[in-house]
Amino acid sequence: MPFCDLKLKIFFFRYGKGPWILEDYDLELKSGEVVGLSGPSGIGKSTLARILAGYVLPYKGSVRLQGKDLPRKGFNPVQLVFQHPEKAVNPRWQLEKTLNEGWTPDEELLESLGIEKAWLKRWPNELSGGELQRFCVARALSPATRFLIADEMTTMLDAITQAQLWHAVLERAEKNNMAVLVISHDGPLLERLCHRIIDFTRTNH
Amino acid sequence: MSETKALRITNKVKGLSHLLTINRRKGTLLMIFSALFFFTGIILMSLFIGDERLATNFDAKNLPPSFMNPFGTDWLGRDMFARTMKGLSLSIFIGLIASCASVLVALLLGLTAALMGKVVDSIISWFIDLFLGVPHLVALILISFTLGGGVKGVIIGVAVTHWPSLARVIRAEVMQLRSAEFVLVSRQMGKGPWWIATHHILPHLIPQLLVGFVLLFPHAILHEAAITFLGFGLSPHQPAIGIILSESMKYLATGLWWLAFFPGLCLLIIVRAFDMLGDNLRLLIDPHNAHD
Repeated sequence: MPFCDLKLKIFFFRYGKGPWILEDYDLELKSGEVVGLSGPSGIGKSTLARILAGYVLPYKGSVRLQGKDLPRKGFNPVQLVFQHPEKAVNPRWQLEKTLNEGWTPDEELLESLGIEKAWLKRWPNELSGGELQRFCVARALSPATRFLIADEMTTMLDAITQAQLWHAVLERAEKNNMAVLVISHDGPLLERLCHRIIDFTRTNH
Repeated sequence: MSETKALRITNKVKGLSHLLTINRRKGTLLMIFSALFFFTGIILMSLFIGDERLATNFDAKNLPPSFMNPFGTDWLGRDMFARTMKGLSLSIFIGLIASCASVLVALLLGLTAALMGKVVDSIISWFIDLFLGVPHLVALILISFTLGGGVKGVIIGVAVTHWPSLARVIRAEVMQLRSAEFVLVSRQMGKGPWWIATHHILPHLIPQLLVGFVLLFPHAILHEAAITFLGFGLSPHQPAIGIILSESMKYLATGLWWLAFFPGLCLLIIVRAFDMLGDNLRLLIDPHNAHD
């Protein structure tokens, strides 16, 4: 997989006419690295994740992939996984359709994430949050994904499931030469997973 | 020995009761089929009853209900059963067309309001408020009268007056869905707006449309009967429920109770059956109730 870098430069961001959330902030992600981002609640970590993945535009500033703006059409190479999987899957779709929305995940990936065949024909309200989150992760781990932004991706899972999910994600990230940004409150988890950790409180102001 | 026999009997009883128990899903299907059976029954009946049954027959006027004339006869000797069936099937026909049209208008305007930006949204919202502000019956009478009454007038009248509340519900639903996380993710997965509209948004609107349709149908039938009763709807020679009821008013005081009672009761049953049909259909297609 070719080398890629994603540069974020934000001068200002706010929602509507609310207070300024992010001011004067730089971040760079390079293919193959796993970066942690920690910081107290309400500091703008999730907003940063949404800006990086192209869900919202910075008020002033830019997100540049290989020196270009993020593509507005087609599969986004920067994929975001949310904290609440219940909201990120369509409740009126069987999970098979959700899983195959962006690409068709291979058997190996399903197995490493612990997704069982029987779940594919179920409705989302019949599975637990942890089971649904595996689908959201599998959906985002396409070969076309160059950057994975995991916004509190495993916060509501127990330790064993967390370990299983991260193991699978890091393995796939290494194979595809993908960068992962791990956003979490969990210090020990970040230390275990990441090559470097950004403390959001200190860098932001 | 007697124990095994007892066991065998209990097993048999269990198997039988398993066959006979009706779970929610079976019950729902049963309700739907009986309502549909009822509707097709009325429509078939009205097709098989020839026009000669509607002819006047002065030898048999003002007869109370009997085996030959289950609903009695009127002051011209016409069979009330035949008239009621013909009237009901006309009502069902008008109700179906008018509520289909209303649902379509509501879907179209709701979607446009939610997806076409702020200016379009405020224009459509203003129209919704305007139409909600005018009483249905007044608008209906005006429109039907302007179009010269008849079936066409009634259908168009009902169709253009009953969409606003449903359009408002659909607009709100689409606005909420538009910002739902699974829709945002879908866009990042490279799906276009048309794909998202048909695969993500439409399945969420179907229950709303179905409930809207079901609630509109009795409205449409009752309003059709009402404006016909008031004399602005169908012409008097058509065997419509509204005509039957308004004519029978004049004869109620003379003791011909069956003229109003049976047609009125049938109208009530139809409206109720359609209500039930809608409720059960909604239960059937909701994934949360898939295993009840």
